Amino acid sequence: MLVLTRKLQEAIKIGDDIELKILSVDGDQVKLGISAPKNIEIHRKEVFLAIQQENNEASATSLNVFQQLKKLKKNKI
Amino acid sequence: MILHTKFEEKIEINEADILHFEHGLPGFEDEKQFVLLPMEGTPFSTLQSVSTKDLAFFTTNPFLFFKTYDFEIQESVQEQLKIIEESDVHVQVILTIQEPLDKSTANLQAPVVINVKENLAKQVVLTESRYKTRHELSESKLVRQEG
Repeated sequence: MLVLTRKLQEAIKIGDDIELKILSVDGDQVKLGISAPKNIEIHRKEVFLAIQQENNEASATSLNVFQQLKKLKKNKI
Repeated sequence: MILHTKFEEKIEINEADILHFEHGLPGFEDEKQFVLLPMEGTPFSTLQSVSTKDLAFFTTNPFLFFKTYDFEIQESVQEQLKIIEESDVHVQVILTIQEPLDKSTANLQAPVVINVKENLAKQVVLTESRYKTRHELSESKLVRQEG
């Protein structure tokens, strides 16, 4: 991992199109400004991990559940 | 073509019905082709992987269960999925099934957005969102388990 030290309002550039800027530092909270092309997806990592994990759990269902769901007729809902 | 599915052995599908997920789904980045198979008589569907028999998700139309659910589809996603009109869009959310069934949850933070005209799809991660990965279906007081 490349490690760079930056001060407030300083930035780094990644490639031609991406810029990260330190906007404020308050205790252990750092506010970053990110400029990137629209097609670059930017996510808080923990949110992305939570969705990966949820997908993993969601995919682990049994045939039994399928049969139970089939019994839930629309008009009962 | 014949597809082997997780829940129903073999089914016949039309290749034109295959949904293309360019980047797969979070956690399943290599799975790029799915079919959405409605479970007749229920509000549920299965999102079945074309290449992996044992990979399938239960999904539903979120608007049936969460009347106030709404989100904006980012411009970049609109472009990626070639969405031109709102009527091209169909939304499903992935369910995490629990027992009893009314403890099951819907992932409202990462809806599956489908352009039904182009059959392009993506599980979108909503960034600044009031929605989470687990919303109980019973929150909406709509699911009642049949005895």
